[in-house]
Amino acid sequence: MTTRAARPSIPQPSGGAAGDALDPAVRRGLYETMVLSRTYEEAILREYHADKGPGFDIGKGLIPGEMHLSAGQEPVAAGICAHLTTDDAVTATHRPHHFAVAHGVDLRRMTAEIFGREGGLGRGRGGHMHLFDPATHFSCSGIIAEGYPPALGQAFAFHRQGTDRIAVAVTGEGAANQGAFHESLNLAARWRLPVVFVVEDNDWGISVARTASTAVDSNADRAVAYGIPGERIEGNEVEAVHDAARRAVARARAGEGPSLIEVHTLRLWGHFEGDAQGYRFDLEEAPSHDPLPRYEARLREAGVLDDTAVEQIRSAASERVEDAIAFAMSSPVPDPASATSYVFA
Amino acid sequence: MTTTHAPASPATHSRRLTTSKAMVEAIAFEMERDPSVFYLGEDVGSYGGIFGSTGGLLDRFGPDRVIDTPISESAFIGLGIGAAVEGMRPVVELMFADFMGVCLDQIYNHMAKIHFESGGNVRVPMVLTTAAGGGYSDGAQHSQCLWGTFAHLPGMKVVVPSGPADAKGLMTAAIRDDNPVVYMFHKGVMGLPWMAKNPRATDEVPADDYEIPIGSASVVREGTDVSVVTISLSVHHALDVAEELAGEIDVEVLDLRSLVPLDREAILSSVAKTRRLVVVDEDYRSFGMSGEVVATITDHDPGLLSRPVERVAVPDVPIPYAHDLEYAVLPRQDRIEAAVRRVVAG
Repeated sequence: MTTRAARPSIPQPSGGAAGDALDPAVRRGLYETMVLSRTYEEAILREYHADKGPGFDIGKGLIPGEMHLSAGQEPVAAGICAHLTTDDAVTATHRPHHFAVAHGVDLRRMTAEIFGREGGLGRGRGGHMHLFDPATHFSCSGIIAEGYPPALGQAFAFHRQGTDRIAVAVTGEGAANQGAFHESLNLAARWRLPVVFVVEDNDWGISVARTASTAVDSNADRAVAYGIPGERIEGNEVEAVHDAARRAVARARAGEGPSLIEVHTLRLWGHFEGDAQGYRFDLEEAPSHDPLPRYEARLREAGVLDDTAVEQIRSAASERVEDAIAFAMSSPVPDPASATSYVFA
Repeated sequence: MTTTHAPASPATHSRRLTTSKAMVEAIAFEMERDPSVFYLGEDVGSYGGIFGSTGGLLDRFGPDRVIDTPISESAFIGLGIGAAVEGMRPVVELMFADFMGVCLDQIYNHMAKIHFESGGNVRVPMVLTTAAGGGYSDGAQHSQCLWGTFAHLPGMKVVVPSGPADAKGLMTAAIRDDNPVVYMFHKGVMGLPWMAKNPRATDEVPADDYEIPIGSASVVREGTDVSVVTISLSVHHALDVAEELAGEIDVEVLDLRSLVPLDREAILSSVAKTRRLVVVDEDYRSFGMSGEVVATITDHDPGLLSRPVERVAVPDVPIPYAHDLEYAVLPRQDRIEAAVRRVVAG
């Protein structure tokens, strides 16, 4: 028997009175983070496709390999990371750039890693799905849900070290059906580990709609099974994420244990670059739900941003991103003779 | 016994301990010395580890450092990884090596790869302990060795002690190592009160603090006619055979002690002397340790061998339950002796 997947619902603005009380500087900061992330990914997109031809050879070009971009999901990273310092840990997914940008990972070294250069975070050994930055306790994993368990250990260590540092563990909604997801929620809840679990529901596990893969409407409901707070945020609104994250982060820092936040967000582009998205029946309307212009309009309306400020923020972002790209391009390609280095310490 | 690296000076006070007690002694010493060391796993607290790997540790160090986990191997092995990344030194127990499948992603994609993927910027100084081996009718899902599988996947050291003194010195080295170390203890060498007694599972163990460098094999019996290269419980079986054949065939027994790193020099120098090789491995025959040992010789100089090599391993079949079937596939004394006789007969 086959069941046709229900149509995914594109995140809609909720009207969002909740965040209007936010400090204008915080609101501007959230916008800046989102702009930086988007600017970054647009530049990566440009460089990625610059040299893939003739035709499309995924292993060729300045940036080789698969590329998963997070455009449309910036509200999640910006809203969560606004409450963190670089002493806190973030474990992101195979679609990690927005969280890396929002958490303050060095753009130059991250870009050099994506370009596979010696100056990269992993000296070109990791690639875009495997970014490790001990300076900001940032990591990501190319394996669905498997970034969750190590985040427990970071939280465990922070707690043992007598700090109020926390770990944020991110997955997509497809990962919430994996065993590691449930094991991690149970263990973290039982041991009251300072973790904030984040689920980015972008409606699509590659080509499979959430409605076809997941038995519950909201993964936040699954928190009930582990006795921890679970909250689902509709609307892909950065201020709503910020608000939920404030509670979850405070709870974790206070030693009260983990929380789960699911954000209904938007995968604006393909699963990976080169994905024609023929399976996707929400594609035409998706661009009109881009959270970035929407938030910008809201802040303009509230008097937080004007033309000058927007221009300033965009050009500052562009400058940083182009600097990072230039750094990456000027960084040497790793010496093939060193390919077997770094297996052991 | 001759060792390439003596575990301790002759003046050292020693006692007779079982392998499990010697292993626990090393863990306790390291927990005493370094507050970032903790032990985590299923039934490692008041039970003391199903195979005696943590006996007495809970009483001594309390539940904050000897921690019983839920049956959630991915979660708690991953927890060890994250804690190690943040500067702690976890020892995490996977109850049976056979269970690696339920958490293999954490082991080989995360624990073993993070240092490499980070270009050497992140270290994962953890020890993954696990029980291996059969011989007591526990069936196909609870009797495997699988050390060849761990060793095949890059990024983790794989240590397999055969007796008490080595178990202590290798554990100390494993905990102090900045890399992930898989420390595999064969149930048959632990000296457990509820298994057939192995006389070599209890032996002299120096009382002081010492390390045995990981990657150094040990010539546990010198001989001139044939090299038996092996590991773990099979070392004991090989010694039984060597003693049985003494006066007739002079058997050298080399205990590799670790698969990663593999002490290839020790293999080469033993075979250069005896020119005949029997490899004994309780893991599956194909694509595993026995082939790697043979390749070590042939890559270097096939002319070292005066006779074709004999391999005594599990013949690529799951470990059977029935006693007679299990003993038919395990590399026990009868099969080792036959192989030694064949390789010497030529």
